[in-house]
Amino acid sequence: MELAEDAVQDAAVKALESWQCNGVPPEPRAWLTVVARNRALDLVRRESRRADKEAAAEALLDPTVPLPAPEVVDDDLLRLIFTCCHPTLGVEAQTALALRTLCGLTTAEVARALLVPEATMAKRLTRARRKIAVAKIPYRVPTVDELPDRLISVLATVYLLFNEGYNASVGDDLIRSDLTAEAIRLSRFLYDLLPHEPGTSGLLALLLLQESRHGARLDDCGDIVLLADQDRTKWDRAAIWEGMCLLGVALRRTPTRPDLYATQAAIAACHVLSPTWGETNWEAVLSWYDVLLAINDTPAVRLNRAVAVAEVHGPQAGLHALEAVGSLGDASRVEAVRGDLLFQAGKLPEAATAYRAALARPGNRARHRYIEKRIADCVARC
Amino acid sequence: MPQYAALIYESGDPDWSVLDTPEKQATMAEYGAFGAAASAVMRGGAALYPTSTGTTVQLEGGKGGKVVTSDGPFAETSEVLTGFYQFECADLDEAIAWAARIPAAWSGKVEVRPIIDFGADAS
Repeated sequence: MELAEDAVQDAAVKALESWQCNGVPPEPRAWLTVVARNRALDLVRRESRRADKEAAAEALLDPTVPLPAPEVVDDDLLRLIFTCCHPTLGVEAQTALALRTLCGLTTAEVARALLVPEATMAKRLTRARRKIAVAKIPYRVPTVDELPDRLISVLATVYLLFNEGYNASVGDDLIRSDLTAEAIRLSRFLYDLLPHEPGTSGLLALLLLQESRHGARLDDCGDIVLLADQDRTKWDRAAIWEGMCLLGVALRRTPTRPDLYATQAAIAACHVLSPTWGETNWEAVLSWYDVLLAINDTPAVRLNRAVAVAEVHGPQAGLHALEAVGSLGDASRVEAVRGDLLFQAGKLPEAATAYRAALARPGNRARHRYIEKRIADCVARC
Repeated sequence: MPQYAALIYESGDPDWSVLDTPEKQATMAEYGAFGAAASAVMRGGAALYPTSTGTTVQLEGGKGGKVVTSDGPFAETSEVLTGFYQFECADLDEAIAWAARIPAAWSGKVEVRPIIDFGADAS
């Protein structure tokens, strides 16, 4: 019972305390119960090794406890999602609100998850809630006309959350499973609630296909294992299967102009379907990158495409493609890729110079350890 | 219903009291059309003379202190406040939809700010 109470507290009650006065959902209890229940199950699962908690888990799973009518729950949760991810809120505020309100993390947990001091996070959340309340950010599902645009900002928030967990930009660990798990859960919500919107299936497909490689991405020391060297038997078959089915749905839904996330999921699919690195269909990967470039021409996409170009046409062509990348927020990655391509081209001193330039920029520590190894390789072979 | 101020910012410190160019006349006609379209939500508004006619007022030494004035606006910025509207709307989405129809939204910028209602719970 204490567990359930904690969960209710955690999940949403506090988050909603200062929610806008007029916009309180007519049936808040209905979905609060569901959110709290899921949260409690998570708490129980986290502690599932402790035998005394198992009985509590069973109790929470008790099918005799009636669930609220799904349409009510769906509507309230959806409205909350669209409020938290309203485009008039800053992106940082959106991700924080999503974790706090939609995922039911405490303020301290959100602060840890997004790597900011708790006081800063508390201030950021208070500011966001105050704007929602006094500027009256509406608490409603957008109309059919508005939905595509508004959904873009919701999907982008969830994707950002996942990416920060999948490839942490700062800190000691490359992978932050807490964030990827929450992002996948939100993505699943969105797909369940809006299954016919293109984008929801594409995003969930992408996240599942990326996450399927999770168990093989780091070695026992927490160091990066390149895709080329990963033990593919460690990939999560169930996630791949589900991701592929969803990708099929997403691509069928937008046959002429694939959605941004479906396209990225297609690239991920090329990798997860290949039994070995050597058998990767790089022509297919490259043509999906060309599609992606047409939909979303960003420095990050150009950078990843340059890697595919190198696989198809050789490292020199890849280096040439790299010239057109432009400025990327994560400058360390551009230099690291340049180092890899120069390394492949056999230009070891130049590769070492590029790797050193990558090290000089701020970046994730696991990634920096990988680059240091490559520099040692260059030096050893010179 | 909440009220919002739509603060209009433009560059070049234009003087809207003199409609001396066809462009200005055309823009003023656009404002006229906007005012008619938005009459249901409009609670007030004004166009301001250029910042060169403005005076910044401050009391030296705090409340009760000496009145000190300086010529021009408080902050030197490339974009200056040239006018505002006051809307009463259901929510921020509606206020933004109206603000987006103000001519300055395509030639300058419009900031939408909620207005405090001291009569109600100001939270």
